[in-house]
Amino acid sequence: MNRFDFIQPITIEDAIAAWRPGAAWLGGGTNLVDLMKTGALQPELVIDITHLPGLGTIETLPDGSTRIGALANNSDLAHDPGISRRFPMLAEAILSGASGQLRNAATVGGNLMQRTRCAYFQDPNAACNRRVPGLGCDAREGENANLAILGWSASCIATNPSDFCVSLAALDAVVEVQGPAGRREIAFTDFHHLPGDTPERENALKPGELILALRLPAEAAQFATNSRYLKLRDRTSFAFAIASAAAALRLESGRIAEARLALGAVAAKPWRVTEAETLLTGHIPDPALFERAADAALAGAAPSGGNAWKIDLARRTAARALVMAAAGTPARMPALPASPFGELTGEPTHA
Amino acid sequence: MSISITLTLNGAARDIALDDTRVTLLDLLRERLALPGTKKGCDRGQCGACTVLVNGRRLNSCLTLAVTLDGAEITTIEGLAEGDELHPVQSAFIENDGFQCGYCTPGQIMSAVGLIAEGHAGEDLERIREGMSGNLCRCAAYHGITLAVREATRRMAEDKKGQAA
Repeated sequence: MNRFDFIQPITIEDAIAAWRPGAAWLGGGTNLVDLMKTGALQPELVIDITHLPGLGTIETLPDGSTRIGALANNSDLAHDPGISRRFPMLAEAILSGASGQLRNAATVGGNLMQRTRCAYFQDPNAACNRRVPGLGCDAREGENANLAILGWSASCIATNPSDFCVSLAALDAVVEVQGPAGRREIAFTDFHHLPGDTPERENALKPGELILALRLPAEAAQFATNSRYLKLRDRTSFAFAIASAAAALRLESGRIAEARLALGAVAAKPWRVTEAETLLTGHIPDPALFERAADAALAGAAPSGGNAWKIDLARRTAARALVMAAAGTPARMPALPASPFGELTGEPTHA
Repeated sequence: MSISITLTLNGAARDIALDDTRVTLLDLLRERLALPGTKKGCDRGQCGACTVLVNGRRLNSCLTLAVTLDGAEITTIEGLAEGDELHPVQSAFIENDGFQCGYCTPGQIMSAVGLIAEGHAGEDLERIREGMSGNLCRCAAYHGITLAVREATRRMAEDKKGQAA
């Protein structure tokens, strides 16, 4: 790890004033400290934001929206009674990620900012356009079986590793940020960028901007009874997704009045698929309908390497997540959150 | 640059002068405070061998910079027993064969103490396995570990009930 200066501001204004190129915000540190150890990230200044006031709060605002402070940790958020009741898909996505220890440290803001798990990004000896623009991409001819099938470019085929962000994309979250030019809001689906020719521009934040909070609109709670996150991975627990889907339905008189669908582990950003949502709207829930929606969701997919298999897996994951959403949100969080190893109602099967 | 932090470490106040911002809590414990019970496995948050309690919650000490911990309360495996009396989780690991080589054991035990305090797994074996998935055991003593966590959960709940009565 390279040497760095360290400061611990106690006001947001001081934190933003202290930022300079080469600085990094430190929250839970579960991703940043790891990448500092590999050498993939070498900040000269680490600004510990964990002492900033008011950023850990989860609250309901007068307009019915829910505001989640950027420093709320994953465990507190997933087990918050209001969150798990109103947005069970968020809680399921969070609990399907990482481990108990990591979730105790990892923050909401850090989840949005976490970097790709592409091995060539993490290895400072590898060529990676995302880490160093213009260096090339070793993943194109390397280990790419689990990399992107949607929205990738010749310069970068990395995926976003977040589970939480997939469900946030489906629920129309908003990101509140503050920087040297003041405060502003960013629609969640605009927050992460696709690589194009500039994979190093991973998100919509301007230099020195800090995430303050996320906001979920009141309407997002209308999906509470029929929303699921489903995550396929190489082992039962504590693994990144190889394909995932967040599916939510609002049913009225047996028909789908409104649908939400987003895919994870398929692109450099959580992949919201409004085409599939439109296709579902107005229809009676039915496995064949869900297959058609999943086909539409993957219509533009193309392998970026030896990963054509992921296209079919993602399609099946999307269709199954919709079946699970239609079956209803389980009364209690499944023993294995978001796992395919469970009944549709979420009861454990392999205890 | 030297930064002073104060920790409550296994119940005792400690003033520590850090000469380097890069020191993790894990390295602080093992290399500078003569507490090698906390183990270094992967050093990347993937194995759980370094698990300790920070302010009562289980964390990977390998990913925690010591310089961020001023004022924190830290409990390591060395601080779990009361004199010669083992913590219920420690006893349950012995009685249920919850280890073989023992290298991951301090992390397993600290993680189990954290998991039981969180209170979401109860005595459900599948929920215990899921809750302990951040702790790898290369000897694959998982069956004994799971049974040990269940037994400790039960015993600690009974002790609590006994104290309340």
